[in-house]
Amino acid sequence: MTPVRIVEGRAIPLGRKNIDTDVIIPAHYLKTISRVGLGRGAFETIRAEPGNLFDEPQFARAPILIAGDNFGCGSSREHAAWAMLDMGITAVIAPSYSDIFSGNAVKNGIVPVVLPQAAVDRLLEVARDHPITVDLESCTVTTPFQDRFAFEMDPFRRECLLGGLDEVGMTMAQGARIDAYERGAAADRPWLSAA
Amino acid sequence: MARTLYGKLWDTHVVAEADGKALLYIDRHLLHEVSTPQSFEALREDGLTVRRPETQLAVADHSVPTHDRDKPIDDRQAAAQVALLERNCAAFGIEYLPLAGNDQGIVHVIGPELGFTLPGITLVCGDSHTSTHGAFGALAFGIGASECGTVMATQTLWQARARTMRVTFTGRLAPGVSAKDMALAFIGEVGASGAVGHAVEYAGEAVAALSMEGRMTLCNMTIEAGARTGLVAPDETTFAYLRDRPRAPRGEQWDAAVAFWRTLASDADAAFDREIVIAADGIAPHVTFGTSPDQVVPLGTVLPADARFDRALHYMDLRPGDAMEGVPIDHAFIGSCTNGRLEDLRAAAAVIRGRHVADGVRALVVPGSMRVKAAAEAEGLDRLFVAAGFEWREPGCSLCVAMNDDRLPPGARCASTSNRNFEGRQGAGARTHLMSPAMVAAAALAGRIVDVRQVAR
Repeated sequence: MTPVRIVEGRAIPLGRKNIDTDVIIPAHYLKTISRVGLGRGAFETIRAEPGNLFDEPQFARAPILIAGDNFGCGSSREHAAWAMLDMGITAVIAPSYSDIFSGNAVKNGIVPVVLPQAAVDRLLEVARDHPITVDLESCTVTTPFQDRFAFEMDPFRRECLLGGLDEVGMTMAQGARIDAYERGAAADRPWLSAA
Repeated sequence: MARTLYGKLWDTHVVAEADGKALLYIDRHLLHEVSTPQSFEALREDGLTVRRPETQLAVADHSVPTHDRDKPIDDRQAAAQVALLERNCAAFGIEYLPLAGNDQGIVHVIGPELGFTLPGITLVCGDSHTSTHGAFGALAFGIGASECGTVMATQTLWQARARTMRVTFTGRLAPGVSAKDMALAFIGEVGASGAVGHAVEYAGEAVAALSMEGRMTLCNMTIEAGARTGLVAPDETTFAYLRDRPRAPRGEQWDAAVAFWRTLASDADAAFDREIVIAADGIAPHVTFGTSPDQVVPLGTVLPADARFDRALHYMDLRPGDAMEGVPIDHAFIGSCTNGRLEDLRAAAAVIRGRHVADGVRALVVPGSMRVKAAAEAEGLDRLFVAAGFEWREPGCSLCVAMNDDRLPPGARCASTSNRNFEGRQGAGARTHLMSPAMVAAAALAGRIVDVRQVAR
């Protein structure tokens, strides 16, 4: 995974609440067996609307997306994160996320920034015509107008993003403890040993 | 210290802790064709093997056709995905339940019916409705494809402990009202993101009175309120369901397991971060009107005037002040991991009683698994549905996820037992009304949404 520290550039001011993963990538694209190329199906229904934000030239390959509450709700499909990454999006700003989506985002180097609705509203306004900067080092979102919004992020996730760490590697390092756990569990709950 | 059921399940599975996260041991993993191709690809890239293949079980359900199963799959991509799952399982030593076999079905239907799902375990699957298995008192949650790979390689996941929410349903359900209505009432009350970050435990008289099928429906829909995990403490109903299931423990192992399972209840004085109480005896049949599962009303009310619903009502072609009763439908779908079990099919069949699907309505029954299908056919339910004008299909996710050719045309309006009414979920431009199996059957017969409590009399 590519480490991420700063995401800087245009931000698509989508703003809508409850953007579900069917909206991010419709189910008929899930028949792929690859992680790349899903950008062509991303936000398909919104992109079919005349005059939609994704068609505006200033938002082409914009690295940031701003949305409303509960972004990425619904299906656990990691294709949603892959599709956004394929579009060039590496940071999302929203008041809240579905638990599964934010986990999938971090595993793919997408920063899920949580900010209160008032800050999101201000950024939606600025993003129409100006770039935005997400700094994971200082945990802030800034604009060219001296706006500065601090955000919090789970330290574990932040380390994974900053270091480009993948979870399998971090978990494999715990091999001896997993072995020990398995020995204990086999003794405590023997009926699980033979599945 | 007093602990919740969630706390007990969590504590039992912690392997290590760091940075406020726990490395959680995963006892069981269910795999399907859509969320795992990339997981296996990642294993290959990293040169990894599957740590305990015997704890994993794979089946194709999402993209499979529900008709002509004796022929090759028409859809080239779906055929390739199913074939790849089978090949990947063979290469990594994981058991695959063949599409043509007697055990195929939706992951969340086959896990419990085979006794692969057990109380007290952690169970994951690359599907958000994995919350279903919490009905057995298992810590079960949906994960993404990367995590599926991590579980295969290491049998563990780094997880943050959730806050806890208890939802107590007091009293008993009225006739004609089901677990689906309890779920929709709960989601309507807390909202689609109301339980984000929480593990939900369902309790109270109405929950204790539910069958395992009903508890699975309730836990299944928990994700629609934002919580990845729904739980019901195991009890005699749970044990009776599991006894003699093909993969459940037997003999002395069974006795030892039950003794442990009896400890899996929240302690009397355990504290929850949030408590919600819902009077089950006051719940009416619920129907969704919008494009999020929390946009739902009980029958006997009208749609609220609220600017937040403008977009949804426009999509659904409905207006504030409309009642859901009387809204015409042209499709009906009975099935899915939410309501595709034998009890659900029986509930729908009980409404039919010799009547026929209304003119202009296309109605589908898609059993949740081959076992459900066989059991329903043994009772003659297939003949009853077909005589009434329903199509009787082969098991799969079908019109709940619309990845196969079971897909609605733009503008279609469907009474559906599935779990999501998102824009385009059942086909681009199609409109979905979520409700119980009995309500869907009643709507199919009437050609419009009706109150099953009046039809059934």
